[in-house]
Amino acid sequence: MLKLSRYVLHDILRSKVVIAYTLFLLAVAVTLFRMEDNTSKAVMSLTNIVLIVVPLVSMVFATIHYYNSYEFIELMLSQPVSRSRILMSEYFGTAFSMATAFLAGVGIPVLLFQPDAVGMALLLTGVLLTFIFTSLAFLASVLARDKARGIGIALMLWFYFALIYDGLVLSILFAFSDYPLESLTLALSSLNPVDLGRIFLMLKMDISALMGYTGATYKDFFGSSVGALYTIGIMVVWAIIPMLLAVRVFKKKDL
Amino acid sequence: MKVLLTILFFALGIQAQSRTLTVGKGQQYAIIRQAVAAAAAGDTVLVKNGLYYINNIVVTKPLTIIGEGWPLLHGDDKYEIFTLSGDRITVKGFQFTNSGYSAMNDYAAIKVIDATNVTIEGNRFFKTYFGVHVANTRHSTVRGNYFFGLTKTENTTGNGIHLWKCNNMLVEGNEVHGHRDGIYFEFVSHSLIRKNKSEGNLRYGLHFMFSNDDTYISNTFQNNGAGVAVMYSKKVTMLHNRFINNWGPAAYGLLLKDINDSRIEGNRFFKNTVGILMEGTSRIQATSNSFEENGWAAKVSASCMDNAFNRNNFHRNTFDISTNGSLVLNDFNQNYWDKYEGYDRNRDGVGDVPYHPVSMYAAIIETNPNALMLLRSFMVALLEKAEKALPSLTPENLRDERPLLKALKL
Repeated sequence: MLKLSRYVLHDILRSKVVIAYTLFLLAVAVTLFRMEDNTSKAVMSLTNIVLIVVPLVSMVFATIHYYNSYEFIELMLSQPVSRSRILMSEYFGTAFSMATAFLAGVGIPVLLFQPDAVGMALLLTGVLLTFIFTSLAFLASVLARDKARGIGIALMLWFYFALIYDGLVLSILFAFSDYPLESLTLALSSLNPVDLGRIFLMLKMDISALMGYTGATYKDFFGSSVGALYTIGIMVVWAIIPMLLAVRVFKKKDL
Repeated sequence: MKVLLTILFFALGIQAQSRTLTVGKGQQYAIIRQAVAAAAAGDTVLVKNGLYYINNIVVTKPLTIIGEGWPLLHGDDKYEIFTLSGDRITVKGFQFTNSGYSAMNDYAAIKVIDATNVTIEGNRFFKTYFGVHVANTRHSTVRGNYFFGLTKTENTTGNGIHLWKCNNMLVEGNEVHGHRDGIYFEFVSHSLIRKNKSEGNLRYGLHFMFSNDDTYISNTFQNNGAGVAVMYSKKVTMLHNRFINNWGPAAYGLLLKDINDSRIEGNRFFKNTVGILMEGTSRIQATSNSFEENGWAAKVSASCMDNAFNRNNFHRNTFDISTNGSLVLNDFNQNYWDKYEGYDRNRDGVGDVPYHPVSMYAAIIETNPNALMLLRSFMVALLEKAEKALPSLTPENLRDERPLLKALKL
């Protein structure tokens, strides 16, 4: 499995798309840090990039990669290797290479210009989001037979998590504003990995404002390390579950 | 020569009149109360190191009471320790502990009533109900004392330094921890609060009611339950204070309620849930202050008028200004806002387009606090852009016409 993953990793890291992705992130991050005289403001803008661009690129790239290496997968299947092992190594190879690209593109500027708690939180969020959305992309590609449909599903999922979901939550919060919504708000955020990443970053950046919340649930959540542990924990679950589902589907799939 | 000698003798004579009475083990007096009773006006009572149980010593004549080697005065959890009343009384160098608690009376380690020229200096107070309680007193000083309360609820602890109906007072260089209010002012005028540190108190670091013409300078208020409150007062000057880490749903760096004609200058508001909350205030000049990393730098309610925010720095606040109505009668001018996105074509350091410090999302959160959870999402960024193009929720005339492009050096 490690051998296969390593092969996939080498293969991807050499590809032009990943190099372009790294350079793009590097350019954006360095420009932001050089442009703003106050680095924390740059981190704020970088946060938006991480929360929007990283899921999108991870998802689209992983989907395309899956379909492109379909023949390779078929070849591997003729060997005495189990299906789940093949898919898992494809997944880890892809996710690691995307995470490496992200860490090179954003990590180096952050370490140079803002090596504090907020910076580290940003890097952790980026890496987790990469793993989550690669895993979602694998699920989407395993479910759809042809490439166009697979990419379509991936794009729809990204659109849903990045934009539509928050709109829905906002309308729910307003529709039921007369009711106590504390736990519901937290539960709803857990259903979207992008929101979880955002809240994890907010715990580092906007804690003064978050402490303005009334209500015991929020106080426990924001006031201690419970919030950070919870968001990271659920994000890890978000990376594992779609991948497990993908493996299950892939095992039974008529290839 | 003869004249000089006469003067010398005369001077010695005066010197001899004021005696020093020593209290302690194996000294002239064993009990402080006896020494105080025996002393004449102008005498000094010197208390040696040791533990003394005390049931309220009342001092009514001009005395200097000094502790040597930190004598510990214990109130047995029942009694007040000193009650000072009269003129020219000084208490210095003692440790006070376990003064009485009562729900009926404001027991204090030192109570000062109907006095003038009292000095309370360099004492330490541990686990006292009220630390220093001053009432109806003029021209007195509370300086360099250290207070540490221990009780856990607002009802079972009093204030560190409590001043009621005083004038021309000086409160300087004290440090107060773990009391209800660190420093409390009610009906106190023409007084100065300087270089104090008020930290970790249950309610307010400084509580100010009905007190006019007062000044507080270079104090630090940190981690207090609700920050600092200045209410129902006029002509208060607040300079170079630091308001730090006051977190909570009802915590403010500085709460201003019904204040008029006051100045807030050169203060630093750092990491508070709300930097300044203004309600029903008018004619306040907020100049050269620095607001950093607060949840809301300032909440200015629609009931405020003729207040001016000029030449302040706003850095890394989640929200700059928030308000609760569309009426704006206050002036914001020439501040530096780190969220400003305008340009400066003539390069005079002043932005060419006005800055609107009230963000749309701050207005939304004002009506639906749960929506704070969606802060910084892409959705909210889009809504903000739409609002910038066509303002509907935010007050159109709350704006800084001349926002600065570079932060002020404060």
